[in-house]
Amino acid sequence: MSFIVDRRLNGRNKSTINRQRFLRRYRDHIREAVDSAVNQRSIRDMERGERIVIPRKDLSEPQFQHGPGGRRTIVHPGNREFQRGDRIARPQGGDGQGGQASNQGEGLDEFAFQLDPREFLNFLFEGLALPNLVKRQLRGESSYRVVHGGITSEGNPSRINIVRSMRQASMRRRALGAANRRQLKELLAEQAQLLQQEQSPPRQARLAELTEEIARRQRRAERIPFLDTVDLRYNHTVRQPVPVSRAVMFCLMDVSGSMGQNMKELAKRFFLLLYLFLQRNYKQTDVVFIRHHTSAKEVDEEEFFYSRETGGTIVSSALKLTSEIIRERYPEHEWNIYAAQASDGDNWNDDSPTCVRILREELLPKMQYFAYVEIMPRRHQALWESYSLLQQQHPNAFALQQIDGPGDIYPVFRELFRQRMEAPAS
Amino acid sequence: MKQRRQPLSTTSEWNFELLQRYDEEIARIAHDVFQLDTYPNQIEVISSEQMMDAYASVGMPVGYHHWSFGKQFVEVENRYRRGQMGLAYEIVINANPCIAYLMEENTMAMQALVIAHACYGHNSFFKGNYLFQTWTDASAIIDYLVFARRYIAQCEERHGVEHVERMLDSCHALMNYGVDRYKRPYPVSAETERLRQQEREDALQQQVSELWKTFPEMQPDIRRRVPIERYPAEPQENLLYFIEKNAPLLEPWQREIVRIVRKMAQYFYPQRQTKVMNEGWASFWHYTLLHELYNEGLVTDGFMFEVLQSHSQVIYQPPFDSPFYNGINPYALGFAMFRDIRRICEAPTAEDRHWFPDIAGSNWRETLTFAMQSFKDESFIQQFLSPAVIRDMKLFAVLDDDTDDHLAIDAIHDEAGYRAVRQLLSEQYNLSISEPNIQVYQADVRGDRSLTLQHIRHDRRPLARDQAADVMRHLYRLWQFDVHLESVQDGRVVERLSIPPPAAEGSA
Repeated sequence: MSFIVDRRLNGRNKSTINRQRFLRRYRDHIREAVDSAVNQRSIRDMERGERIVIPRKDLSEPQFQHGPGGRRTIVHPGNREFQRGDRIARPQGGDGQGGQASNQGEGLDEFAFQLDPREFLNFLFEGLALPNLVKRQLRGESSYRVVHGGITSEGNPSRINIVRSMRQASMRRRALGAANRRQLKELLAEQAQLLQQEQSPPRQARLAELTEEIARRQRRAERIPFLDTVDLRYNHTVRQPVPVSRAVMFCLMDVSGSMGQNMKELAKRFFLLLYLFLQRNYKQTDVVFIRHHTSAKEVDEEEFFYSRETGGTIVSSALKLTSEIIRERYPEHEWNIYAAQASDGDNWNDDSPTCVRILREELLPKMQYFAYVEIMPRRHQALWESYSLLQQQHPNAFALQQIDGPGDIYPVFRELFRQRMEAPAS
Repeated sequence: MKQRRQPLSTTSEWNFELLQRYDEEIARIAHDVFQLDTYPNQIEVISSEQMMDAYASVGMPVGYHHWSFGKQFVEVENRYRRGQMGLAYEIVINANPCIAYLMEENTMAMQALVIAHACYGHNSFFKGNYLFQTWTDASAIIDYLVFARRYIAQCEERHGVEHVERMLDSCHALMNYGVDRYKRPYPVSAETERLRQQEREDALQQQVSELWKTFPEMQPDIRRRVPIERYPAEPQENLLYFIEKNAPLLEPWQREIVRIVRKMAQYFYPQRQTKVMNEGWASFWHYTLLHELYNEGLVTDGFMFEVLQSHSQVIYQPPFDSPFYNGINPYALGFAMFRDIRRICEAPTAEDRHWFPDIAGSNWRETLTFAMQSFKDESFIQQFLSPAVIRDMKLFAVLDDDTDDHLAIDAIHDEAGYRAVRQLLSEQYNLSISEPNIQVYQADVRGDRSLTLQHIRHDRRPLARDQAADVMRHLYRLWQFDVHLESVQDGRVVERLSIPPPAAEGSA
């Protein structure tokens, strides 16, 4: 006797947990591979898997085994020319087992496998978080938690509460049958009493009457349904809004003439990484793109990354625009506000103090975090000096880093957004 | 001449109705024509991805979670993607009912082949072979696996995934030494297992502390006893059992994990000892059953071509100098031997009568069943490997002695060599020779609590030292006091390996 079961629909990805355990265990190896992959790839290409290679010896599960040496005899198939007593030179490596190794081809010393894009990005952004993401707020439309909301008498059959329904049915059966049962009991008692006494025609008539009445009442008792639709009870659920933290990220990019093509490219790569990170890890995040030369302009994603417009440099124009946008659209008690600025630090001399003033007086008090990236392979520029002072005054809310070349982007990015101890887990 | 009937189907498409009909026909032939005795079957149709899952969990339908299964999965996936491996036969679980998997991508012919191979071949082997009968309990295994999975998940919750993982790593390293070779284990249901587990936890902890009680006033008679008594009195072959019962510092839950791994090892032990027989038997029966199906006209020529093509791939034995050579293919050897036994029964030659006077000319079905039931690989080869098979496979034995700079051909497939080849091949399948012989020699109960293992060298063969050191590190993690491994040759200790390394140790 055989049973044939179709299992195709259930239990896919049974090994997922084991795979995750495997990835977790070799996190360091994978981290390394991911880090080096990021620097080699063009940034548009981030959302793709990666081939990870781990030296096989690091993965081994050791067992007691025989090593080479000693005396042993092995039986092989497919003899052609050997005769008993022949002596043959030992094959190279001295391994009597012969072809054991060749079967697996190249993959013998290394263990290679493919990270899928999701896993790749997980590793890429692992341990990163927006700092100081503390302002939370109840918002009606988007985030809910489904909670138990008591018992109702109407609902979806899949949510039926069996215990409560049965209890209800039992109560109804008792209530409806009570009078009938009491009378039945009396009749039975009378019948029993009559049967004890001497028989006479009136008593027999009464007995017949009783028998009929008892049968009628018993039938009535049986007619009470075991379970009725009015008994059914359902689990009720309600959707409860949960507070969410909303965040906005301002991306400020310098596109002035002093930034060479190369430097602009680096800035864009930095922002792309940031954008990818936000999109992936923070669903409720707005991103505002601002580009500036002598004047600042809010642009959309497309224009931010691809437009070629250029000019002189006044950094404060971007900060002013940021401040205005915050005032208009992002009240600071509702929003966690972030900004990342990339520039070569080349600014009008008397503009840097203005920048510092705007930051100190208008922006930083409202902001959670401001990250400044100077894209300058050589010495620091004027803006860096002014910002350094600011950084000392606001060590938690202000950070600055320098990028020399493509290889720095990812490390700098990690440094700026590494999860800090005080930052709540998101 | 049998009357030929309508084929069951003529295309390579399958559906559930067809599976049912093929299974019924194959079952009819297996049970009525050939009297195979099987457990009921549970045939599960799954996708290729699920098949890889099944491969990765080393044939346990419900396994606990561990990274090594994830690694296995990745490896299987890689090989499958590269096309090095077909996922077709193989997975069948020794349980009652016997669980076998069919992959949805396969054609009808392949499905029928797998049904014949797994559901009637392997299945009857599991039910009939003495090793499986005494060592595993088909009806209890699924229950036990469920218990183990739940227990380990609980431990992970309570003690952290990493702790449990490390524990499992260490146990896995010693898994091959977690087997009782002679004592029969008694299987129990999941419920009793859970109850017993609690009792064990309490009782065991008490016993262990009893053993390690070293304060003289708590064991007043200790000073009067002769102190040189060795513990354990006899060397113990089951390392994991010894650890479970005697490791000084393990928590109760850790002991239970040791026990679970030990049980798994025990469950798989018969399979490791009957690879050739098990695969040979199953291959013999898919071949025989499907041929019978063909003779009755129930399947088409095209069906049979496909079956034979796959069959000949499976039982192909590359010669020793082929780039594909990877040792002796158990399917090839097993299939050849069972076919040969049938031949000896049905059409014995003078040579067969000389070599196998008992079975030559006997009823082949009875002889084959007897062979399947009463042997393991080692004894099966010793008993039934005939000169004809040795000649067909051109088997020869190579002696590799490290004191000699040449390899020597010890025996080949000729009159003078048959017995030697048979003897040597049989030894090759003897787990107690092919695996290093390592036993618990002494636990220093009254001294520094160190544990000493002994490796008895056979034919001067040493251990792979680096690996051995890794395993010893795992042992150290379980024992938590110094562990030593002594290699003994001709009664003398020739090599000693200690964890932690004996830099500070002067007494050894």
